[in-house]
Amino acid sequence: MTKTSPDPAGPDAIASFAGGPSGLRARAMYLVYSMPALVPLFVLLLAIAVFAVLLGERFLSPFALTLILQQVAIVGIIAMAQSLVILTAGIDLSVGAVMILSSVVMGKFSVHLGLPQEIAVLCGLLCGVICGLISGVLVAVVKLPPFIVTLGMWQIVLATNFLYSGSEVIRSQTIAAEAPLLQVFGRTVSVGGANFTYGVIFMLGLVVVLTYALGQTAWGRHVYAVGDDPQAAELSGVNVTRTLISVYALAGLICAFAGWVLIGRIGSVSPQAGQFANIESITAVVIGGISLFGGRGSVAGALFGALIVGVFTLGLRLMGLDVQWTYLLIGLLIILAVTVDQRIRRASL
Amino acid sequence: MNMIKAGLAGVALSTAAAGAASATSVCLITKDATNPFFVKMAEGAFAKAAELGVELRSFAGRFDGDHETQVSAIETCVASGVDGILLVASDTAAITGPVMAARDAGLLVIALDTPLDPMDAADMTFATDNFEAGRLIGEWARRTMDDPENARIGLLNINISQPTVGVLRNQGFLTGFGIDIGDPNRWGDEDDPRIAGQEVSNGNAEGGRSGMENLLAIDPSINLVYTINEPAAAGAHEALRAFGRADDVLIVSVDGGCPGVEDVAAGVIGATAQQYPLQMAALGVEAVARFAETGELPAPTEGKDFFDTGVGLVTGAPVEGMEHLSVEEGLRLCWG
Repeated sequence: MTKTSPDPAGPDAIASFAGGPSGLRARAMYLVYSMPALVPLFVLLLAIAVFAVLLGERFLSPFALTLILQQVAIVGIIAMAQSLVILTAGIDLSVGAVMILSSVVMGKFSVHLGLPQEIAVLCGLLCGVICGLISGVLVAVVKLPPFIVTLGMWQIVLATNFLYSGSEVIRSQTIAAEAPLLQVFGRTVSVGGANFTYGVIFMLGLVVVLTYALGQTAWGRHVYAVGDDPQAAELSGVNVTRTLISVYALAGLICAFAGWVLIGRIGSVSPQAGQFANIESITAVVIGGISLFGGRGSVAGALFGALIVGVFTLGLRLMGLDVQWTYLLIGLLIILAVTVDQRIRRASL
Repeated sequence: MNMIKAGLAGVALSTAAAGAASATSVCLITKDATNPFFVKMAEGAFAKAAELGVELRSFAGRFDGDHETQVSAIETCVASGVDGILLVASDTAAITGPVMAARDAGLLVIALDTPLDPMDAADMTFATDNFEAGRLIGEWARRTMDDPENARIGLLNINISQPTVGVLRNQGFLTGFGIDIGDPNRWGDEDDPRIAGQEVSNGNAEGGRSGMENLLAIDPSINLVYTINEPAAAGAHEALRAFGRADDVLIVSVDGGCPGVEDVAAGVIGATAQQYPLQMAALGVEAVARFAETGELPAPTEGKDFFDTGVGLVTGAPVEGMEHLSVEEGLRLCWG
């Protein structure tokens, strides 16, 4: 008798997959599971469509749409840093404080200490990296919970910011005269009626770079692995400690860049800015479909999440509604986003 | 034996300390410790306290609007037995309860900068006449503009809880400009078509920029902007510059801090109403010291319910019929 593989469907079949649910719903669920940024993208397009219908040209103009990009640029960049940390099943409450301290360092080093502006910028970026490294070491080596570590770092960095700056603002005109490099991200590029600041371009570029790094490099794979199951990752040969430290340090660097972009946006160095950046970035990340339990999600989702908040804020404002309605809707969106994430998780088990 | 000697020395020291504690002591409680206005106010208070030999303790909320920390601070001060409290209230209505309790315990409570709601909940208020400050810049704007009847006005306020300082400056500005303000206890109820929109700015540059952008999205033809303070004005100016409208729009503000007066010199802000926080704090410390010594309560300015610490219109473009301070004088008197 010739030996052939038994036909899986035939009477000699030993075992076969049942195949699972089929049809449009199953395919849609599979799509959403494999590309988690699809859901926030869909919500974003739906929101834009709804406001376009309600407000017409006032909302759908290149002016208004690029204004939204400008208004969410800072939060968008910080959300990138927050995404990286959340992907490792951590959280970073110090992102806003690191951003402000870095901007204060850049401003004071160049204007008050008289250092060349390039050196001052590098010092600011280095400041962000150092803050990130401290958090990273405390989380990865000393094995403290990220929430607690970054809660403490938030207070420490914020207080350092106010002590060092004396709460004093460095005026836009002073910076323009003495260290114009600090304001470089505020310059605009006009295409038709649309205004893109260098800060917006930087944010979009950062999303592309991080998407590539997380999806196509070994480091990216390790980040997802560490977030999903650190013990399995360790056993598979991933250096969990090094990966975690690199993630927090990179997040700190991104926050420092956000500080540089902030100087471009508001012109001055303001120690009072960025008070809610940590909450806003977590909101963007959660609405963007990145799981707070780590290991799942794409940074593009965080960008869409930030844009959704921006669209709602400007759209509702143009409709003349109280700003509290925006907060209410954002709260609902957050809960909805987490519900969708949980359903996808359960479906994948 | 050594233990007993140490114990006796300790008792002697604490008795001496207790003796020293009967010197006048004051608590200063500000909204936060990060707004340069309050940083300077605290500096003025400490300087005066050192000069008079008064002990000063300062407290601050974690942010503008942090009511709970201020309540705890008042309770701490009452428990410490200080002679008086100088308070810049975050929640002007809700703080009146703890304030009355402190007054019942025999402390002198002076509201600085921001009147309580109702004003007589405190023994006295030492403040800028915020309504007058707004009125000055409103009148200046009306007299400076070519066509005030068809002005397009944007207003950048402080935050959605509408604290007294924000309401007074806002309504003062509108009154000075000649716009009917309706209910003087809140903004937003005016129906003059010249008002293009009212936004909140949280009193900082970031909020000023976002608020100005939203106003421009609502009405791109805005040509006059009222701002609650100079950081918000600086942020608004950045937004106007980004949209190429900086030269067409007049910005007015309140505060008179040194960065703000420099902005007036640079043409960023058309006119600003200058106030004097250092003086507010110093007068407050003096009043508590006098109360502790003689029991005398501070008196209000003639014709007002509070002690007016003064306001000056600082501008580089004076108008007929209005007293003003030149930019040089403004820089001499500025704080921060």
